[in-house]
Amino acid sequence: MIEVLSTLFALLGAFFITVASIGILRMPDLFLRMSATSKASTLGSALTLIAAMIFFQDFSVTTRCLATILFLILTTPVAAHMIGRAGYLSGVRLWERTITDELAGHYDAEARRLEGAAPTPSPAEPQPEKTSETDRFSPPSGRPE
Amino acid sequence: MIDPIPHPAGLAGLSYLLILGMLGVAVVLTFIRLYRGPKLADRVIALDLLAIESIGIIVNYAMALNRQMLIDVAIVLALLAFLGTVAFARYLEKRVEP
Repeated sequence: MIEVLSTLFALLGAFFITVASIGILRMPDLFLRMSATSKASTLGSALTLIAAMIFFQDFSVTTRCLATILFLILTTPVAAHMIGRAGYLSGVRLWERTITDELAGHYDAEARRLEGAAPTPSPAEPQPEKTSETDRFSPPSGRPE
Repeated sequence: MIDPIPHPAGLAGLSYLLILGMLGVAVVLTFIRLYRGPKLADRVIALDLLAIESIGIIVNYAMALNRQMLIDVAIVLALLAFLGTVAFARYLEKRVEP
């Protein structure tokens, strides 16, 4: 029974990791690839470690696997966010059928910071209040285009 | 002494061969993306996925060999993969595009 259960979990984990690798090969865009791999690979590795927990049934193995699962769940979104931000700032082109790009116009290429260039404010929604740090580094008015 | 031929002590039948085969196919697909990724960020993502696939392979191999200590290798690999990805992202963001 335990063997069947752990085999089932290991098969599911291998399946999800394989899905992540198919996603990184077939997706058309850096951000879509990242979205495919980060979630599916986290789920797959967590299922594989759960299979090891069920298989060994030892206290030390269980705590180690739980710590690894927690660490992966904490760090994989952080790493994906950092890579996505770095890729966007270094000029990776979006997919041509992308619907929204909420960061368009927000990046000041000369000052190399995201909130630098003020976008054209739309009349429907008010602009959010800028923090004092933003005001100190980039004055919103009197900036040459 | 680790036996050269894995003996499936717990995984049902020969299913560990199927699992390791699936993970091997995943590694090959990820290497294709690592080879032809158009930007550096694609390659960094492929490296991150390779580390996670290695974790899967190591844990399944530990179950096939019935060795508990191989789990530690998976922990160290997870830590190193996160550190490498974060370092790559830092320097990718600071790099001046040619």
